[in-house]
Amino acid sequence: MPLGGCLGLASDYRITLGLAIMVNLHRFANPNRFMRLSGFVLPWVSGIAAITFAVGLYLALVVSPPDYEQRETVRIMYIHVPAAWMALFSYTLMAASCAVALIWRHPLADVAAKSIAPIGAGFTFICLVTGSLWGHPTWGTWWVWDARLTSVLILFFLFMGYMVLFDAFDDPTKGARAAGVLAMVGFVFVPIIKFSVDILELRTLHQGASVSKLSTPSIHESMLWPLLIMALAYLAYFIALLLVRMRSAILGARVRSLRMMQAERASRVAIAPERL
Amino acid sequence: MNIFFAIVRRDVMLALRRMSDTMSVLLFFILAIVLFPLGIGPELNVLSRIAAGTIWVVALLAAMLSLDRLFQIDADEGGLDLLILAPLPLEVVVIAKCLAHWLVTGVPLIVSAPILSVLLNMSSDGFLVMIVAMVLATPTLSLIGAVGAALTVGTRRGGVLVSLLVLPLLTPVLILGASAVDLALAGLNAVPLLMLLGAVLLVAALLCPWAAASGLRLTIE
Amino acid sequence: MPTAMLSEHHARVAQNNPMVPPVSNSILEARDLALWRGERLLFQKLSFSLGASEALLLSGPNGSGKTSLLRLIAGLIRPTSGVVFWCGAPTNKHERFHNDLNYIGHLDAVKPLLTVAENVEFWSTLRGGDAVQEALNHFCLREIANLPARFLSAGQRRRVGLARLLAAPGKLWLLDEPAVGLDEDSVSALFDAIRKHRAVGGLVVAASHGDLPLENAQKLVLPEIHS
Repeated sequence: MPLGGCLGLASDYRITLGLAIMVNLHRFANPNRFMRLSGFVLPWVSGIAAITFAVGLYLALVVSPPDYEQRETVRIMYIHVPAAWMALFSYTLMAASCAVALIWRHPLADVAAKSIAPIGAGFTFICLVTGSLWGHPTWGTWWVWDARLTSVLILFFLFMGYMVLFDAFDDPTKGARAAGVLAMVGFVFVPIIKFSVDILELRTLHQGASVSKLSTPSIHESMLWPLLIMALAYLAYFIALLLVRMRSAILGARVRSLRMMQAERASRVAIAPERL
Repeated sequence: MNIFFAIVRRDVMLALRRMSDTMSVLLFFILAIVLFPLGIGPELNVLSRIAAGTIWVVALLAAMLSLDRLFQIDADEGGLDLLILAPLPLEVVVIAKCLAHWLVTGVPLIVSAPILSVLLNMSSDGFLVMIVAMVLATPTLSLIGAVGAALTVGTRRGGVLVSLLVLPLLTPVLILGASAVDLALAGLNAVPLLMLLGAVLLVAALLCPWAAASGLRLTIE
Repeated sequence: MPTAMLSEHHARVAQNNPMVPPVSNSILEARDLALWRGERLLFQKLSFSLGASEALLLSGPNGSGKTSLLRLIAGLIRPTSGVVFWCGAPTNKHERFHNDLNYIGHLDAVKPLLTVAENVEFWSTLRGGDAVQEALNHFCLREIANLPARFLSAGQRRRVGLARLLAAPGKLWLLDEPAVGLDEDSVSALFDAIRKHRAVGGLVVAASHGDLPLENAQKLVLPEIHS
């Protein structure tokens, strides 16, 4: 019931203007169901994130055994690997939201894509920093141009490009659509980038992906469980953060549309055509 | 088809009449290559080791210089609206503009790359692969570059932004191209990498005209 | 109340179902257009209809949305709501609409490095026209046809832009401030061209902040935007 009702505008303005704003902002102005649903889900997801983080960190940092070769430093893995997974997942989800926004012009998809970008960039950043911290004791250097770290680095730049392009336009809807096209092109190129960076791998070193073959994991069960719980914690944290960002973006849009209505008090009905 | 070549012909003609702009890309390419021996030191072994990679990196950067003008000038003069309203799909217009861009930027890069590799003491074993790889890579540069150029038409800071958007997408071209030349220099078979470059070109040719066209449509709105 | 407003709006849209083609003998019809640019409402509930040989003059102060309305009719901008029909089909679904359209924006789209003739010829080729010489003659550009356009004055450049109207066929002319910067002779050449175009059934929509000597034209005034 929000828009016109809480405004102190004269009622005749309210009808004509309200109508026009409904038309224009139907993508912002009708997310009531989302607000209700997300408001219900948010506390639960946040709770799950808190619990899984507590359990996961306890298992990872205290219970799980140190690695035979890497000793205690292997514990960085529990922070590093789920961050890498979530980074890729975020980009996929962002590109999918952009596709939905561009094809069906769905109201919430733009908001979702915009909200995902900084979270995804955050995950790539965590992944890069922990990778570097892990690299030092393992390889004796802070940075190695190994295939997976390099592709996460490029992913970081793709996120950055998306955000910079989004902000480069004066009109946010234009920014959303331009950045959306970029995200979709980037999504097609991510596997190509990954594959070509693998060719760089010919010249470097890294452990092969150890969890991808889940049927016969080369990682021991005592390490696998903490890793999976941490992954769950990251996912729940991601969802919670995403919901918070989307909700605040929608509230921001509402504030903007209220301001617009105030600014547009003067009715803008065009004068009907008449013969000269 | 007639219309397609009219666009290509006009853009090439414009580039030829604005020779200083066209030449400055090539001059940047040469100058930047010359900086490497000055910065790293003129030791021939080192130079021949880094030759392939250096040439590819600099070629990429040189191509970036020409990109922000690709659609911006048309947009400023009002011609972009008319190209969008022309009775042929905007995707085809984009391909025509890319072809023209390749003819005036890609081809000079292809021709000058082997000559410059002499300056960096690269063995002539790599020439053939270098040229083939450049022939496959430079159209990809124009195509992906067109997406960046199209998406930034409505923004205030074109140049740097285009590079920021486009360079991450061009890393496969850089890696594959430079690795192919290095393989050839080591006496190994570079054909698989050249085929991969061709595959990247194919993906770009399918995807980029669509992306650039939708970028143009929405940014001029 | 908002809910009431929403349902009222839906009722109105259903009434004006955009998929129902227009019934009159109009060729160009705009139905219930509304357009927001950024955070401003430029116009709403805007409708008009033009038949063969008819003209529409858009006037109003600067920044009132004349250019936006022209670009909307051309299909460069999507309306926030409403539909524009061309020969009974929405313009974005009409296959030949772009062939029928001759758009003169407020920029001349003249390349300074090409000669006058090359400029006109390029746009003519692009739209499948072949009347470059006639167009140059009509706008008195023959003597400077081989001059690179960078030497031209603003008025001459405007004439080069206008020459596109005659160089390629197009049933609908959209003109944005067509007379700006033109001397008296050129203005009369322009309106001479418009008269001939309308005489053979052509349509004209022109935007100008002042008055234009369009005979027997419909007039649409876009009011000033208060903010």
